[in-house]
Amino acid sequence: MTTKTKAKPAADAAETSTPRMMTGAQIVVEALREQGVSVMFGYPGGAVLPIYDALYGQDAIRHILVRHEQGAGHAAEGYARSTGKCGVALVTSGPGATNMVTPITDAMMDSIPMVVITGQVPTHLIGTDAFQECDTTGITRTCAKHNYLVTDVNQLARTIHEAFYIATTGRPGPVVIDIPKDIQFATGPYVGKAGILKPTYVPQTQPAPEAIKAVVDLMTKAWRPVFYTGGGVINSGPRAAKLLRELQAVTGIPVTSTLMGLGAFPASHPDWLGMVGMHGSFEANNAMHDCDLMICVGARFDDRVTGRVDAFSPKSRKVHIDIDASSINKIVRVDVPVLADCAEALEAILKELKARKAKMPDLSAWKEQIDAWRARRCFAYAGSREVIKPQYAVERLYELTKDRNTYITTEVGQHQMWAAQFYHFEEPNRWMTSGGLGTMGYGLPAAVGVQAAYPDALVIDIAGEASIQMMMQELSTAVQHKLPVKVFILNNEWMGMVRQWQELLHGERYSHSYSESLPDFVKLADALGAHGIRCDDPAELDAKILEMVTHPGPVLFDCRVERAENCLPMIPSGSAHNQMILGEITGNEIGEAGRRLV
Amino acid sequence: MSDGTIPPGPAPKSAYFLSHEDEEVERRTLAVIVDNEPGVLARVVGLFSGRGYNIDSLTVAEVDASQHRSRITIVTQGTAHILEQIEAQLLRLVPVAEVIDITNSKRGIERELALVKVAGTGEKRVEALRIGEIFRAHVIDTTNESFIFEVTGASDKLTQFVDLMRPLGLVEVSRTGVLSIKRGKEKG
Ligand SMILES: Cc1ncc(C[n+]2csc(CCOP(=O)(O)OP(=O)(O)O)c2C)c(N)n1
Ligand SMILES: [Mg+2]
Repeated sequence: MTTKTKAKPAADAAETSTPRMMTGAQIVVEALREQGVSVMFGYPGGAVLPIYDALYGQDAIRHILVRHEQGAGHAAEGYARSTGKCGVALVTSGPGATNMVTPITDAMMDSIPMVVITGQVPTHLIGTDAFQECDTTGITRTCAKHNYLVTDVNQLARTIHEAFYIATTGRPGPVVIDIPKDIQFATGPYVGKAGILKPTYVPQTQPAPEAIKAVVDLMTKAWRPVFYTGGGVINSGPRAAKLLRELQAVTGIPVTSTLMGLGAFPASHPDWLGMVGMHGSFEANNAMHDCDLMICVGARFDDRVTGRVDAFSPKSRKVHIDIDASSINKIVRVDVPVLADCAEALEAILKELKARKAKMPDLSAWKEQIDAWRARRCFAYAGSREVIKPQYAVERLYELTKDRNTYITTEVGQHQMWAAQFYHFEEPNRWMTSGGLGTMGYGLPAAVGVQAAYPDALVIDIAGEASIQMMMQELSTAVQHKLPVKVFILNNEWMGMVRQWQELLHGERYSHSYSESLPDFVKLADALGAHGIRCDDPAELDAKILEMVTHPGPVLFDCRVERAENCLPMIPSGSAHNQMILGEITGNEIGEAGRRLV
Repeated sequence: MSDGTIPPGPAPKSAYFLSHEDEEVERRTLAVIVDNEPGVLARVVGLFSGRGYNIDSLTVAEVDASQHRSRITIVTQGTAHILEQIEAQLLRLVPVAEVIDITNSKRGIERELALVKVAGTGEKRVEALRIGEIFRAHVIDTTNESFIFEVTGASDKLTQFVDLMRPLGLVEVSRTGVLSIKRGKEKG
C-alpha cells in the first residue's frame, strides 16, 4: 500500500491590519497591480463592464484591446513566453469565454503561465441559460491547469493571488477565474498576496540527492551521451539555460532540443545538434537513437519527438528531469527519474560532478560519429535563381536580423518547421511557437504580445498564408497600439503541411488543401493601416527584408515561395529515428500502421 | 570506442500506440483526499473519462468538515503503467491532497452497503429472510409482500447476496460503491 501526499506548507500568514474595502472590480485591478501586471490583453462585453470601468483612467496597467478574444489569449501567451512573467487576458462571458478555449488549451499544452479572467452572468442567473451565459468553469475544466468560479466577493482577492501562484509555479499553465457580474459590483475586503498558499498544491522543486548521484554515476560512465532538452528549461527561467550551458561545458555532452526548447542552448555552439524529432536534424535524431545515455531535461517524450516508441533509443539508459511527476514514465520508461525544477536539478548535478572531481569519459569517438552524421547536411536543398525557396527566405531573414534584438513567433505548418530549422537562436525566450496544440493563428497575436513587452525589439511572425488568415484581424490591434510587428508570410498558396501529408500518405489526392482565392496581402495590409510588401524574386529578397525590418510600423510581407516544396528531413509517422527521409519523398515511406497515426 | 560500460536499461514502454496486452490488468482501490471545493468531483471524474481510464466504482463524501476535506474512493483497473499514471495525474489536480492506494489486501479493508428490495410470498419469502440472516442483512422495511434488506460487506459478498435473491423475487438494488480504509492505527 502506498500513499502519495503532497508536502504540507506552512499555514497562511495571519491577516494583520484591517483590510481595505473596495468593489469586486477594483479588487481585480488592485490584485493585478500587486501581482506586477503591467500589460494585459482583452476584449470587453456586458459581463466584464465593471472591471473595464475600474481599468478606465488608471495607468498602472496597459490594456491592449484585441480584435478577437483568441487573439488576447495568444498575445498573453507570447507575452509570457518572451518575458517569463504571467500573461493576463480579460474577456466577457459566453462567446468571450468560449473564444478563449483555444489559447487556454494551447497554454496548457505548452505549459505557459497565464491568468484568464472571464466575466460571468450575475450569480442569481447562473444556470438559467441567461443571455451570454456559458458554463465557463465546466468548459475549461480539462483544458486549464485550474479554474475558479468566484461566488463570494470576500474570496475574490485571495482567489486571484492563488491563481497567479498556481499559474506560475510548478509546471506552469493557464488558470481561469470566472467572476459573475454581481461579484464585480459587490464590496469586499482587499487582501494582499503575501502568505497566499494552497495546501493541496505544493510543487516539488528540489531533486532527491540519490537521484542526482545516480545521474552523475551514469554521466561519468557514458561514452555516447546526449542532452535532450525541452520547453521546461525555458519555463524554469534564464538560470536553467545558464546552468545547462555550464553543465555542457563541464561534460562536453552534445545537446539537442525539442521545438519548445530552442534557444536554451546556443545554436552556434559546436556541440549543438539541432532540433530533434519529426523535422529535426539527421544528427540529432541519430544521436538520440544511438546514444548510451539520454539526459532529458524538461521535455516530455512527445510523439513528434520519439517517433515509433518501441524503436526509440533502444540502447540507452534514460534520465528524466521534470517538475511534473505525471510526465515521467508516461511514454517512455526511464532509468532515473528526477522530480525537480530543471534549474535546481542541473545545479545539483554540477555540484555533484565538481565534488567528485570525476574524470569524464573521452567523447571524441562519439563526436566523430556525430560529425559523420552532420556531414550528410540534412537541411541542404536545391537553390534557385527563379523562385524563392522557402528555406532560402528564412535563411536570408536570419542573416539580416540575427544581429538585432529579434524575437520570432510562428504560425503552424511547413513554415514553422523551416523557421525552426533555419532560424537559429542563441538565447532563451526568443522563440514563440505553438508546439503541443499546433494552433494555426497563434503567431500574429503572440507577436503582438511580445511586442507589447518589448516595444523596441524587432518582432517577426514567420507565417503561412493559410494560418495568417485565422487571426489576420490582429494586425489592426498592432496598428492601434503602435506595435510594429512584422508578419513574414511564406506564401506557397497551399496548406503546405497538409499537402505534404497528402503527397506522402494519400496518393497525391490534394483534397481541400489549396486556397483558391487568396487575399491580396499588400492591399490587405493597406486596408488595415499597415505596410504591405510583396516579393517573388530571389534577387530582390534582401532589399525587401531590409525594407520590412526598417519600416517603423507593422508590416505584412507577402513572400511568394516555391509552392511544392516539401519540408525535410522527416521521420514519417510510425518510423524510428534512424529512418529519416532525407532527399525526396517517394510516396512509399509510410506503412499501413503509420498511416493511422497523426 | 569502448562500448557497454553502461548496462542496457529495460525495454522501452509507451502508452502511445504500443499495446500493453502483455501486461496484466490489475484492480486498484484508491482513496483520493481532496479539498471539498466546487467542481472537484467533476475534475476527478473528468480526468478518468478524458484520459480513458476505467472507473468501476466511485463514492464520495466529506470526511473532515473543519478542513473541508472529502474522500473519494475509486475502484479502477489498468496495467501497472496505467495505474502509475492515474496516481500521478490525480496528484496533478490542484485540489487533490493525497492519493492512497488501499487495494484490498492485508493492509486495506473494503466495504460496501447495498439496499435490496425483494418481493414475494410463501416459501420464497421465508427463504429470502433465511438467506438474509446468513448474510447478516437487516430488514429495514417490510410489507406483506416485500422486504428491503440492508447489507454490508465486501463487494463480491453483496453481489453473491443479490444473485441469491434473484430467483426469490428481486425487485431493485441500490449500492453505495466501495469504501475503504487502512487497517491498524495509522492513517492512510
Ligand atoms: C487551427 C488549426 N486548424 C487546422 C490545423 C491543421 N493544419 C496543420 S498545418 C496546416 C496548413 C497550414 O498552412 P499554411 O499556414 O499555409 O502553412 P504551410 O504549411 O503552407 O507553411 C493545417 C491546416 C491546425 N494545425 N490548426
Ligand atoms: Mg502555405
